[in-house]
Amino acid sequence: MESESTNPNNDLRAIRDIMERSSRFLSLSGLAGIFAGLCALIGAFFAWFFIFDSDKERFGEFLYSTDVSITSGIGLYLSLDAILVLVAAIVGAACFSRRKARLAGQPVWTTTTRRLIIHVAIPLFTGGIFILILALRNHLELVASVMLIFYGLSLVNAGKFTFSEIHYLGLTEIALGILAGVFVSQGLLLWTIGFGLMHLLYGSIMYYRYERQKKVE
Amino acid sequence: MKNPISNLQKVFESRIRLGIMSALMVNDTLDFNTLKGLLGLTDGNLASHLKALEQQEIIAVSKQFIGRKTSTSYKATGHGRELFRRHLAALEKLINQK
Repeated sequence: MESESTNPNNDLRAIRDIMERSSRFLSLSGLAGIFAGLCALIGAFFAWFFIFDSDKERFGEFLYSTDVSITSGIGLYLSLDAILVLVAAIVGAACFSRRKARLAGQPVWTTTTRRLIIHVAIPLFTGGIFILILALRNHLELVASVMLIFYGLSLVNAGKFTFSEIHYLGLTEIALGILAGVFVSQGLLLWTIGFGLMHLLYGSIMYYRYERQKKVE
Repeated sequence: MKNPISNLQKVFESRIRLGIMSALMVNDTLDFNTLKGLLGLTDGNLASHLKALEQQEIIAVSKQFIGRKTSTSYKATGHGRELFRRHLAALEKLINQK
């Protein structure tokens, strides 16, 4: 005989659902990852074929040059290229997340969103400043590695506040970054794999896992 | 053996109060609008449940100014956390008994 007024199973399910929704940023869209990957591929394509003229020697020379300037020549073009990719990827992530939140009828700007952004920003800004230091000290060969490693750390941090795929994407970026630090001449290639292909891969996984079925319903 | 139902807290019988407390267990503090969006409630409805939880000292309220607007934020008290844990344990026992 059932005489209790509450159904403990339903209660526990409701508790879990609220805990998850209130502590995780679930509006992050896989499409944001795919878009970021495309931006990175275009950026890398542009760097290799136009800035370096697909010339291995020119690339090698640049990595070990001792008088680089980020305000003129190759240094300037590369910085602009990288900044454009970064800005496009961030704007894309914001737009796709807003869209996903709107479709789900959820607010996008919540305490969790703020927390996520702060935790991403701390390693990312640290990395940015460190890259400037490397550039000023003519250690350009390490820039690709440092970008991958600090971005990976940002994502591992972010993984606590959003989908677990982000955590693994972060670990992948860190591993690629360490490789890029060892094989410095392959820096641009590993950068392209990390920021281009891995974003496409993880973005697609997230899209198929969390967003595609929902449209069928 | 003690009857697990005696550990179920009357105050958490309401799904809304259970929801508010679940959210405050995993977040240090949450403001009114975040809770409102999370639980999909109207201002009045949420406010009355928050009041009830506050009166029983399950949650603590703090008001601060952001620019000219006041923002009210809520956090679970130690007492509230303990009650919630007991309630959860009782729910679990009920399920295992079946």
